[in-house]
Amino acid sequence: MAAVIPLASSAAGAPVGAAPPPPAAADLTAATAAERARAWMWARRRRAAGSGLLWALSIVGLLAFWYVCTRYRLEFYMRFTNVPTPADVLHRLVEVNHSTKFITNVWISVRRILTGFGIAILLAVPLGVLIGRYRTVRDLLMPAAEILRPIPAIAWVPMSIMLWPTNEVSIVFITFLGSFFPILLNTVHGVTTLDPVLVRAARCLGASEAQLFRAVILPGVMPQIFTGLAVGIGVAWVSLIAAEMISGQFGVGYFTWEAYSLVNYAEIALGMITIGMLGLVCSGVIRVVGNLVMPWRAHSAGGNR
Amino acid sequence: MNTHNGGRGRIEVRDVGVMFESRGAAVIAVDGVSLTVEPGEFVSLIGPSGCGKSTLLNIVAGFVQPTSGETLLDGKLISRPGSDRGVVFQQYSLFPWLTVRKNVEFGLKMQGVPGSKRETSARTLLGLAGLLSFENHYPDQLSGGMKQRVGIVRALATSPQVLLMDEPFGALDAQTRVVMQEILTNIWQKFRLSVLFVTHDIDESIFLSDKIFVMTARPGRIKAEIQVNLPRPRKPEMTTTPEFVELTQRLRALIREESLSAMGGELKDGGLDGFGMEVGPSGVGAVM
Repeated sequence: MAAVIPLASSAAGAPVGAAPPPPAAADLTAATAAERARAWMWARRRRAAGSGLLWALSIVGLLAFWYVCTRYRLEFYMRFTNVPTPADVLHRLVEVNHSTKFITNVWISVRRILTGFGIAILLAVPLGVLIGRYRTVRDLLMPAAEILRPIPAIAWVPMSIMLWPTNEVSIVFITFLGSFFPILLNTVHGVTTLDPVLVRAARCLGASEAQLFRAVILPGVMPQIFTGLAVGIGVAWVSLIAAEMISGQFGVGYFTWEAYSLVNYAEIALGMITIGMLGLVCSGVIRVVGNLVMPWRAHSAGGNR
Repeated sequence: MNTHNGGRGRIEVRDVGVMFESRGAAVIAVDGVSLTVEPGEFVSLIGPSGCGKSTLLNIVAGFVQPTSGETLLDGKLISRPGSDRGVVFQQYSLFPWLTVRKNVEFGLKMQGVPGSKRETSARTLLGLAGLLSFENHYPDQLSGGMKQRVGIVRALATSPQVLLMDEPFGALDAQTRVVMQEILTNIWQKFRLSVLFVTHDIDESIFLSDKIFVMTARPGRIKAEIQVNLPRPRKPEMTTTPEFVELTQRLRALIREESLSAMGGELKDGGLDGFGMEVGPSGVGAVM
């Protein structure tokens, strides 16, 4: 539309030959630029749609593979003879919801995750910030942490049962341990790699040590903290399910293991899928919260990958 | 001709020396430097790289403690950073998690200034710098020149008596740099504060300063103090006037000596002529 105006004005009585060609030429490129921009947006949308299509294909493909293998009870080296079909599992999902037993198990697992993971955040983030900021704290705590860190949370199960008064507390402890170290180490790394010029800038703008923590170090380390949370929640679920299977009463891990003991094939698959879905939801929540807490990340280079 | 702002913002560096340890030996980085920045004066510190000019600036900022000597601001001993000295860094130092306006408000927030008042003064300053329409942008959305303008505005927000600038335009391209120099001289004219400006760009130091200190190669000492008596306000056209060109040549000669000695004792002017032999069209390979 903008292209029309100078053409019209030159037609409407401007001296012949006085209409300078540059504006017309500029408008011509402007028009093609708009066209190119439109074409580019279409290409982008097509790519986005194509990517959505692939996502759907990925999930449908997985379900189809499962269906074909179990429906025709395939037997090569792997044996799908006893594996339940998708329909079996769906059917079982409806059945288990006739009582509150299944949903209670799910809720108990979620509660254990929230407690263990929550305590891990509350301890690991402040500790990580202090370790990263103060050499003395680092020298005092890191050697002990480095010794305890390689011990997988599952290896703590027997010790945990001895240490804590109830089974419930010991399972929460295992979950806590699983997520504590990833969060701690990522936080420490974030503080030690924080650009020192930001600390200097805050200093000469009058920030006290306490203000420095709140206004510079914590937001500066936020990306690494969230990396730690994303890794930590995964390890927390692994640890929780293992702990529930070994020592458990209640929980999705216990539900799945019990189904195996009772030769209830559909419930094994149902338990597995439930664990997968819960893990997916937890990671999703962390990602969404991360984006909300760090709005500046949406604009930074490479933030749109 | 210097404009004074009621006598506040006098920087005094008295016989300052800085040593550090390198491979078990003490290295003298800065040796017996004394200089004064009068209130409202624009002073540049120029010298070859590694001469300790940034170290001196960091001492005045309070980031580094001198091994000997002392620095004073309005007669008070400088021992740590504070908002009475605004600092603009060479690297971009904006907080990436804060918008442009929140970055400018940062110093006031640390002082406990209430939100609405902070916002008003930040917006006033951003308006003066022509950045108001970017107040809600994040630093990563700005160009290098804009980031440094915000950096200057942020340093001014707490109304410091002095502004310390460590090669603030070093990372910018030549064209942007010239524009930024003009913006800075305008800002300085408006705020009348004392500026200590570290640079290795001769034209930049002449264009901006009332007074230039030339430093020697390590150990850094003051080699010369040069008054720049060009009229204010400074305009880009002035860079071609005879006075400007003469100053440029004087400074270039002074710094050349130091750069050569900084690059190694054996490199004399004569040594730059060549290897004292002819290298034919077949190149160095024929000589080897």
